[in-house]
Amino acid sequence: MTPGLLLIGVPAAAGLAGLLSRHRRPATYLAIAAPAFTLAMAAICAIVNPRFALTLADFGPIQVDLALDLSGTAAAVAIATAFVTLLVQVYSAPYLRDDPRYPPFAAQVNLFCAAMLLVVAADDLVFLLIGWEVMGACSYLLIAHYAKLPEAPGAAAKAFLVTRFGDVAFVLGVMILGASAGSFRISEVAHVPNGTAAAAMLLILFGCIGKSAQFPLQIWLPPAMAGPTPVSALIHAATMVAAGAYVLTRLIPVWPAHLTIVVALVAAVTMVGAGLCALAATDLKGVLAWSTVSQVGFMFAAVAVTAGDAALFHLVSHAAFKALLFLTAGVVIALAGTNGSLRSTRLRPGDSPLAFWAMTIGLASMAGLPPLGGFFSKEAVLGAAYEAGTSAGVVVFWAGVGASILTAAYSARLWLLLFWRGAPAMETVKVPRAEAFSLWALMFATAGVGMVYYANLFHVPDLHLDLMALLLLATLGGFAVIADAWWRGHRRAVPALDDERDPAGVLGRARPALAAGLHAERLADRTTRAIARTASATARTLDERLVDRTAVEGSARATLAAAEETAAGHRGGLVRYLRLSAAGTLLVAVVAIGVSLWT
Amino acid sequence: MLVLAVAVPFFGAVLVWAWRDRAFAHWIGAGAAALALAAVAVLPVGRGGGDWVSVGGSLSGGWWHEVEFAWAPSLYLDFSLAVDGVSWPLALLTALLGLLCCLHNALGAERRTAAALQVPPPGAATGGRPRRRLRAVNVRGRAAGDASEVPGIPSPVLTSLLLAVQFASTLVFFADDLILFFIAFESVLLPMWAIIRRYGDPAARRRAAAKFALFTVGGSLIMATGLFVAVADTGTADLGAIIVAGGVDPGISLLVFTLLAIGFAVKAPLWPLHSWLPDAHTAAPTAGSVLLAGVLLKLGTYGLIRVAGGIAPHGAADAAPVLAVLAVLGILVAGLVCLSLPELKRLIAYSSVGHMGFVVLAFATGTEAGIRAALFGNLAHGLITPLLFFLAGALKARAHTGLLGSLGGLRLAAPVFAGLLGFAAFASLGLPGLAGFWGEAFTVYAAAERGGAWLALAAAAAFGAFLAAAYLLRMLRRVSHGPLVPATSGIGDTSTAELVVWSPLVAGTLLLGLMPGPLLDLFGEGLL
Repeated sequence: MTPGLLLIGVPAAAGLAGLLSRHRRPATYLAIAAPAFTLAMAAICAIVNPRFALTLADFGPIQVDLALDLSGTAAAVAIATAFVTLLVQVYSAPYLRDDPRYPPFAAQVNLFCAAMLLVVAADDLVFLLIGWEVMGACSYLLIAHYAKLPEAPGAAAKAFLVTRFGDVAFVLGVMILGASAGSFRISEVAHVPNGTAAAAMLLILFGCIGKSAQFPLQIWLPPAMAGPTPVSALIHAATMVAAGAYVLTRLIPVWPAHLTIVVALVAAVTMVGAGLCALAATDLKGVLAWSTVSQVGFMFAAVAVTAGDAALFHLVSHAAFKALLFLTAGVVIALAGTNGSLRSTRLRPGDSPLAFWAMTIGLASMAGLPPLGGFFSKEAVLGAAYEAGTSAGVVVFWAGVGASILTAAYSARLWLLLFWRGAPAMETVKVPRAEAFSLWALMFATAGVGMVYYANLFHVPDLHLDLMALLLLATLGGFAVIADAWWRGHRRAVPALDDERDPAGVLGRARPALAAGLHAERLADRTTRAIARTASATARTLDERLVDRTAVEGSARATLAAAEETAAGHRGGLVRYLRLSAAGTLLVAVVAIGVSLWT
Repeated sequence: MLVLAVAVPFFGAVLVWAWRDRAFAHWIGAGAAALALAAVAVLPVGRGGGDWVSVGGSLSGGWWHEVEFAWAPSLYLDFSLAVDGVSWPLALLTALLGLLCCLHNALGAERRTAAALQVPPPGAATGGRPRRRLRAVNVRGRAAGDASEVPGIPSPVLTSLLLAVQFASTLVFFADDLILFFIAFESVLLPMWAIIRRYGDPAARRRAAAKFALFTVGGSLIMATGLFVAVADTGTADLGAIIVAGGVDPGISLLVFTLLAIGFAVKAPLWPLHSWLPDAHTAAPTAGSVLLAGVLLKLGTYGLIRVAGGIAPHGAADAAPVLAVLAVLGILVAGLVCLSLPELKRLIAYSSVGHMGFVVLAFATGTEAGIRAALFGNLAHGLITPLLFFLAGALKARAHTGLLGSLGGLRLAAPVFAGLLGFAAFASLGLPGLAGFWGEAFTVYAAAERGGAWLALAAAAAFGAFLAAAYLLRMLRRVSHGPLVPATSGIGDTSTAELVVWSPLVAGTLLLGLMPGPLLDLFGEGLL
């Protein structure tokens, strides 16, 4: 029980304490010590697999438990989270060396890690919700880190609001499940009737789509690049974005079988669409962002064929290579001295062999080249889809093959554009030691994570020879398309920085639209703004004009007016009083006579 | 202790009023508030002395302590006080906020005095000068009538009025007699009216105070009718006895509930009876807004849950759909209005309407989880919104404007202040792990539990929580982010005194968010 509580409590406490500290040195120690300790705790949890529940809140007929369930796979994800957080913290200390706001940054990263670990370990849906939303809040704070970047606050608010919009459905789904099952424990909600489960799971799916930036709520992820690069590594690799897929794997037993096709369609559209956007993206971090969306689509695909372990395997291997890619991207951008735009960012492999090899290994793993981690995990997902024999399986299998081609294509394009366009000679700048340490550690992790397959930690299908051949063929096909476009540009001697040199030209006329994410973001932006403005104006009219001015103040005015009238009636001269008394007397007399006649 | 908890703020108010010209008057007020807080805080010790209700042979809850003195038996009026798990947390909140407001006022006065000491006019003896000047202000204020009181100058009279509000509110929470309840309920109004009228924003205070007073008096009269009908029906005014007996006759239950609910709905406030609130909050001084949000609104919801729900349970069940629909409308309308409001305090005031909508919706579901969620959300709002008002007041005092359009860059100018504002905003939007979450999430649960058409209400409430996130992030974006603007450049960060006043609210928000269990258990043993 203790390691489980410490696993979440230590980084949370370190985060809260760090928010109070203003000095850099203690903040740095705390920043690195907490995730290191957490990593140790996660390792212990992997051995002892704590499973327990304490009552957190008792609402009478239903209660919320502080329930943790760190089975083998959950512990593996926890280790990946703690590992990536530790390396991100080590990397950030030199990366943000001139930033006065480093202490709160480091504290928020720790808090973020604690929230993700809570999601990973929780066995109670409402308890899980705490980590789920605190993660959203931390992402808001971290994306808005650069106070002077004009687009940062908007991007941060968008990230929080889009995920929170998904959470409306998520909370509702959780509450419906809980009300029907009489408990929020994940192990107990599986027994609810099918109709309720279908409604609740569709709602929860929507929440996960928001968190994982899947179609149609992918709009928040690309602008979230406004945050510092280590934050992107954290959000994309092991936390937030992965959380949606993770929660779905936990809830697989609740899914009614006929509804997995919905997940399959979401996964298919996202995998292929995001792959195309990544191929067209004009920005180094943009390519990586879209690739994350596409890769998380693979995890959703595994969920659609109820292969939770395949999804988690891909989650872990993705955590390694995506963290590597983002951290290397930070180094590359710093070395090239640009803003990350692909048009201008270029290096020669010799400028920094470390950056070159780190990027190469990361991209190769993402493209699925053996024997790197990405190859095994992608094979596991496709193998599960291949074996499923359901319509959902067919959909995600072919979408997965298509997405694999695209993955290879955009990885190759990025690699060529970054390293093989030559570059003006420059002095070699050494990568700071701590940053280099993180890159080395992640390179080893990326290369070695495939071995997890042989450790039998995840129950994934066996490797199929025919599938392996198909996957390799798809990857090579993707490479071939890009290489062809590249050579044609080379042969025509197009200048290195010319747009025509970009192999993304293979997309033809669709390229600008895809580079802008099919304008979904702008469209959603405009629509929501218009709706919000109209609704708000209507509500204010209703509230301020109708309720306040007409009904409330109107009644006050009417009272005053009646008072005026009555007072005026009492202000006449003698003649008027006489007339009034005469009329009154007459009236009383008539009524009296009438009444007496009646009775 | 029960009597002491009520009497200390009363005598404190009288003493401060009597010594209002002395410099130490503020500290007497703060001391009285601290004593009252201590008296309330020890109430759970030795609980179980009163009538405990036993259902099926096991204790299910009841008064912790009771005190009763006959006052005017022919009018059914007894001075009888009682406390249980429902009223105690609210009384504690009242005492805490009372203390914080008195401290805020006293420290504000200190700061002003210190500022006067720092820049002495040439040739002036610095010794007794600030005190004389304060007295001069007061003398002038009294001579020229109340309208010329300078706003923003913390005055001992304000402390006295704050204590009076605290006294009357505590009495409301502890009253075990319906007539006493009504008297206390009404007497909150007078000092609050005076606070807005005398110390509010000069441009709007007359109007706002009049609107506040008339609106709530109107509601109270309807409520009084309901109370008298109930007393006439049951032949007793003992609240606990009526609740234990199962309320009034089912035939008139709906009538009694409607009358009571209208009265409490004005105070709570429930849409569409809320329109006094934004005006009153915008015009009130900071301490007034804090008490208004943290205490006065609680009177309405407490009355609704304990009194209206307790003495007319059948009526409550019959009227629940109407109440629930109005609550959800309130949540949605308040959320949408907040999306485009241009002024900080007004925005926070409107957000209160939304939060109270959650409380009323949870109560309307009538389930056990719903009642607990309502009580919890009620208390959480009493911690979070006062914090927001303290922050907004401090910001307005620094930047001399509350318009969102002319603020910005607070994060650069005053990072700690901006951090606190962010914390309060996140708490207010119901971030899990902070106090606001439990009440709102389980409101959704309670509505979903009822099933059928209530599911739509649950969905609307969940969407209301999304709107809260939208408008609070908009507020943060306008105030904290962006480049420095003239209004915020050069403003100071939080002072130690401010941190002292605010930190109990921050700590309470965190504590309730992380450990909601004990409080929920208290509600469980309450008499409902």
